[in-house]
Amino acid sequence: MEDLLTLRDLSVVYPTRFGPFTAIEGINLTLQKGEIHGLVGESGAGKSTIGAAIMGLIPAPGYIAQGQVHLDGMDLRALDAKAYHKLRGARISMIFQDPQTSLNPLLTIEDQLVETIRQHTDQTRTQARDKAIALLQETGIHDAEARMAEYPHQFSGGMRQRVVIALALCTEPDLIIADEPTTALDVAIQKQILQLIRRLAKDRGIGFILITHDIGVIAEITDSVTVLRGGKVMEHGQTAQVLGRPAHSYTRALMAAVPLLDKRLVRFTNIMDSEPKLSAPELSWKVAGASAEYASDWLLAGDRAQAGDGPVLQVRDLDVTFYGNRPFAFGARDGFKALQSVSLQVDRGKVLGVIGESGSGKSTLAKAIVGLVRPSAGEITFEGAPLPLGRDRARTHPARRKIQMVFQDPYSSLNNRRRIEQIIGEPLRFFGLAKTRADRRRLVASVLDLVEMPQRAMLKYPHQFSGGQRQRIAVARALVARPEFLICDEPTSALDVSIQAQILNLLKDLQATFGLSILFISHNLAVVRQMADDVAVLRRGQLQESGPAEAFFEAPQAEYSRQLLAETPSLAMLSATGHG
Amino acid sequence: MLTWWRRVRVENEMLYLFLRRPVAQLAALAAFLSIMGALFAPLITPSNPYDLASFDILDSFLPPAWSDGGDPRFIIGTDDQGRDLYSSILYGTRLSLLIGLCSVAFAAVLGTALGVAAGYFGGRFDAVVMRIADVQLSLPAILTALLVDGVARGLLPRQQHEELLLVVLTVAIALSLWVDFARTARASTFVERNKEYVQAAEIMGLHPIRIMAVAILPNILGPLMVIGTVDLAVAILLEATLSFLGVGVPADQPSLGTLIDTGKDYMFSGEWWIVIFPAAMLISMIIAVNLLGDFFRAVLNPRLR
Repeated sequence: MEDLLTLRDLSVVYPTRFGPFTAIEGINLTLQKGEIHGLVGESGAGKSTIGAAIMGLIPAPGYIAQGQVHLDGMDLRALDAKAYHKLRGARISMIFQDPQTSLNPLLTIEDQLVETIRQHTDQTRTQARDKAIALLQETGIHDAEARMAEYPHQFSGGMRQRVVIALALCTEPDLIIADEPTTALDVAIQKQILQLIRRLAKDRGIGFILITHDIGVIAEITDSVTVLRGGKVMEHGQTAQVLGRPAHSYTRALMAAVPLLDKRLVRFTNIMDSEPKLSAPELSWKVAGASAEYASDWLLAGDRAQAGDGPVLQVRDLDVTFYGNRPFAFGARDGFKALQSVSLQVDRGKVLGVIGESGSGKSTLAKAIVGLVRPSAGEITFEGAPLPLGRDRARTHPARRKIQMVFQDPYSSLNNRRRIEQIIGEPLRFFGLAKTRADRRRLVASVLDLVEMPQRAMLKYPHQFSGGQRQRIAVARALVARPEFLICDEPTSALDVSIQAQILNLLKDLQATFGLSILFISHNLAVVRQMADDVAVLRRGQLQESGPAEAFFEAPQAEYSRQLLAETPSLAMLSATGHG
Repeated sequence: MLTWWRRVRVENEMLYLFLRRPVAQLAALAAFLSIMGALFAPLITPSNPYDLASFDILDSFLPPAWSDGGDPRFIIGTDDQGRDLYSSILYGTRLSLLIGLCSVAFAAVLGTALGVAAGYFGGRFDAVVMRIADVQLSLPAILTALLVDGVARGLLPRQQHEELLLVVLTVAIALSLWVDFARTARASTFVERNKEYVQAAEIMGLHPIRIMAVAILPNILGPLMVIGTVDLAVAILLEATLSFLGVGVPADQPSLGTLIDTGKDYMFSGEWWIVIFPAAMLISMIIAVNLLGDFFRAVLNPRLR
């Protein structure tokens, strides 16, 4: 059988002001009809660039430096812009990550589907409409004929992604490039969409290029896989073979970094050194007297109650209601209940993992505890004393220092216009923890050492660091306040898996050394499994179940928890489904 | 030095883009020349047009030096009073730039402070400030300036008003420009205030003023800088307009606006140079500043690149 798609020795180069940058180099790839080929790698690996190169849509000023792209034996690089334009859509389609932005919000689904069909064929409106209905039914939208008249915002995230897939199918393409098609979706919906893609590949014989950073997704549905790093192929072959017996050390490291759902590790091991190599002057720059030992001695010197003193934090019957605008001047405002009578507690020196999908109210819980959001009812007790809620908490309240937070997005949680020294030094200055400027410098440098950053980092600005390094800086900022209680709101969900493993290791070490109590929020069950002593599950603002982590992962009580556990993709799927 | 330059040229994004845009370079050169000319006017001009003793009515209406009847002492001719036009233009530019910069600085401080506070606190404070801004916006800038000038004329004794004329003019122009800064600052603050670094500062319990000044303000300077350059052009133009209308600078201190005003009377009687040269100076200065503003906007907003 002839190959559907072949890439031979493909390289893409972007000229930048720092000189030419090779985004991908010497990529070889073949795809059969009905095959799902996964491209996996961390950010910057060049996955999306390969997709763009096949589509002929490399953003200027990038260009294909060398290599060939053949579709069904036709040389795509020889096509002119007009012929390529006809080919796109007709034979190659694309599914994007965010169904929110890939549909036009001002047109109905019918308009968008019918227009696309008629663009590529000579069908009449009625014929096109019938076809659109058939496609929507095929992608699993019930009552397609009625729902077609609706606008994108009336569909849920998963349904919208189905519509996007139907749109991609409009022109009967031979090849679909799916760029992170499930990354923006919750796990339950992710599973359904992946099954749909599998079915389309099988029934219609469409070849899929599936781009993802998630090795779990690769294990679940792909037939073959290419592992990329820094624009180069590390390893490729049948999925079962590559993931089952990884030959390259990078693949092994990548897989070791994926948190496992069925096992709790003390530490992640075998992690590659992914940060850029530091030059010697970078490492030898030191502040006098600063060291990681100095930082840990200083942090331990703070008076701190010992473990086993009872719960650090208790939340009782917490309600949070968000109000919209009044429908009319004197009307009652519509309230949206983000949290409904949630009760939980964090024991001293323990980690409570809070699990929930998007919209479950987990971030609202964190905001209520730190006083950013005012609960409408309920009580929060910290170290035995009730915490004033919302704005009632004085700026000088001791809990402001004792409770610290690490945010989800390290790109927005650090002020880009301030040096790292100023960012980490701010809590020291504000809480009066360092007497002199020299003291402050010494502590900032020491804490940077503690979170495994070079001391010289204090002279730079946040934009000079990668996501993982920024998250270390954010952790350092939380630490210097000498907190008793740390809230981590999805601290690793914006990071690549290998970096995630490093940050989780760091948090585990710090927790063990300083006996911190942590509220660890995540949508990723496997990550929570690695971190938490106790677990609480939230769904639509309500507590589903809570209890010790081991017992939870062995035998979850609530129906919803069982469902969540079952739907989380994991490497174990590979052996369970047995395909590929 | 050379290696330093080579490194900086690539690493500094703004410089890198600047070196690739001849239009921006030309605009910067024109702006630089105007500022230098204005700054060093007393050193590079033959006479002081503000000094009544330095010019002679007998020299009036002399054409540029290169045309028939021109006098080599007056390169581009003289005006109806016999003042050297070249000196008048440089002194006028000096006055225009001074008023422009002062009023933009005043408007920037007032507008940014109100805008950031409105964006940060929201609610009633925001509503009140922005409604005032809306009212301000519905009055044409010239009307505001005329109004302020009129009120000042009524309140101050005639002698004092003459002395304070420049201050009144600056305040009048600033009052019609602050809204631009307030709106931009408010919109940018809205975006920044929900970012996590601001939340981190709030959790710590930092004072709102420190959060606004240290956390938010440095992050919104980009768009404000664009507004600043664009408004500088507007301020200079507004000053020229007011002077042209006769409510601007005093008659014995010619600004570009007053020069154009006097020149227009003689435009059709053959003395074209009195209006053409000041007008050309004004136009090239405004265009240069506007092009610089465009350049900043393009650099600071990657989507326009």
